[in-house]
Amino acid sequence: MWAWLLKRLGQILPTLLVLSFLIFGLQQLMPGDPALILAGEERGDPQVLAQIRAELWLDRPLWEQYLHWLGNVLTGDFGFSWRIRMPVAELILQKLPVTAQLAIMAFLIGTLIGVPMGILSAVRRDRPADWLANAVALFGISTPNFWFGIMLILLVSVQLGWLPPSGYVPLTEDFWQSIATTIMPAFVLGTNVAGVLMRHTRAAMLTALSQDYIRTARAKGLTERVVVWKHALRNALIPVVTLGTIELGRLLAGAVLTEQIFTIPGFGKLVVDAVFNRDYPVVQGVVLTTALIFVLLSLVADLLYMAINPRLRQA
Amino acid sequence: MSTTVATPASVERGESPARRAVRRFLRHRIAVFGLAVIVVFVAVALLAPWIAPYDPVQTSWTAIRKAPSAAHWFGTDENGRDVLSRVIWGARASLMAGVVSVLVAVAIGVPIGLIAGFAGGWTDAVLSRIADAMLSVPFLILAIALAAFLGPALENAMIAIAITFSPVFVRLARGMALDAKCTDWVEAARALGNPPWRIAVRHVLPNIIPPLLVQGTLAIAEAIIAEAALSFLGLGQQPPAPSWGSMLNSAQRFLENAPWLAIFPGAAIFLVVLSLNLVGDGLRDALDPRADRR
Repeated sequence: MWAWLLKRLGQILPTLLVLSFLIFGLQQLMPGDPALILAGEERGDPQVLAQIRAELWLDRPLWEQYLHWLGNVLTGDFGFSWRIRMPVAELILQKLPVTAQLAIMAFLIGTLIGVPMGILSAVRRDRPADWLANAVALFGISTPNFWFGIMLILLVSVQLGWLPPSGYVPLTEDFWQSIATTIMPAFVLGTNVAGVLMRHTRAAMLTALSQDYIRTARAKGLTERVVVWKHALRNALIPVVTLGTIELGRLLAGAVLTEQIFTIPGFGKLVVDAVFNRDYPVVQGVVLTTALIFVLLSLVADLLYMAINPRLRQA
Repeated sequence: MSTTVATPASVERGESPARRAVRRFLRHRIAVFGLAVIVVFVAVALLAPWIAPYDPVQTSWTAIRKAPSAAHWFGTDENGRDVLSRVIWGARASLMAGVVSVLVAVAIGVPIGLIAGFAGGWTDAVLSRIADAMLSVPFLILAIALAAFLGPALENAMIAIAITFSPVFVRLARGMALDAKCTDWVEAARALGNPPWRIAVRHVLPNIIPPLLVQGTLAIAEAIIAEAALSFLGLGQQPPAPSWGSMLNSAQRFLENAPWLAIFPGAAIFLVVLSLNLVGDGLRDALDPRADRR
């Protein structure tokens, strides 16, 4: 197992290195001179420009700039937001809990709908329950989140007046109010996850149910309930758990438009605002953080896969 | 089950693989329905100048935010423009963005994947790590960042989507190349003295086409959502040119008084994406050699 872990890390580190090139490269691609943007009113003053360039290492060769930037990133210094004049790392840490809350709620909704639906449709294959579950999953996958969000606001907030259409209250401030402001966006994101998980669960269950040991279990005279829940499900859930972890990673980063529509001040809103304000250090910081989260979660997914599948532990 | 190797019915009939795939696909009624919807949308997009009842950018101060009626089936927007005409013209932007960006992604990704798979060693390691790195950035965030760096325009949105999608096709082509490398027929082709590029183009590429078709169809669905998302954020099609995403964005401001502004463009995206997913699923079943017994 340790050898495997080392091999996996040996793959991740070069990936992260390449990622750092890409993100640093993005900065080089950007239009306009950062010194001019930062100087604002004082852009006519060559002394100010020179000072800014020296401070940001812009007057050094590219490779020195890269190493300087990489060194900073590795010590947790993601630079300064040009717009809000705040450390990027601090901004990210501020927004992360909001997005995490949304992602976890969406993940719970998605799992609670998707996994049972997948099991049901595999057990009742080619019957009405299966068709219905497949239709729901297809709907979840095909509906653009931002449209579904708008439609929900239209129905639940505008027509029925049950929930606030937008805004966010932190969990620490008022628990129920916080849930009320996030339940709709979480549901929007959750339906998508439910669709994906349903399909994977169904496929995994169908594979498991067609195995020889299931036939043996049935031949032994075990009840269908024991066969499905104990024998098939345990094995079917192994790939679903890994895929679920990756879905969680996607959620932590993929809520850009949903946050925009429900005006939730999370990661997505941060990056969109930064893009429009040409606040490049923030864009870089968010891209880097989301990629890191994703890489770490896929490592966690692999470890979970090892943990729940005893056959792999010995290998 | 008997121990003799069963000959698939299609082989007995002397049917070509392509024909068999078409026959299987046609048996999938819901996938055929999806295909029909896509054909209608493509026709609408191509015929937009002739079938749109009004000029999509013509404003009218006497018809601002009018509910759907006989004169304006989908109502009018905040500038008095006909929503139906805008949805019809918007189909052009959406479908073109979906198809073009995926074609570009295939054109970038497949050759790189083939090279990585065939060359192996360092070339493979470097190319694969680049693909991994790009895939580790969430799709929409990467597309937004690229579109922002390139500047807001439909063409730039398409480039951003194409670049973001290309690693998916790198992986696909690389995997197929690795598989093919160990097959007897590639071994034979190599023994005959064919150069690697010829083996890649003549022997491996045709085998990639079925999975590519499936992946490509599903990718077009995602690319259409991505274009709508970028346009929604103002990074795609620029106003006043119509696009489903940007229509949804302005519709958000009038949700209480003019819900039809949000309903129709979104329904169009949903229908197209749903149909593409149906066709993709149907293609997968039709092209999967393992599904022969169905």
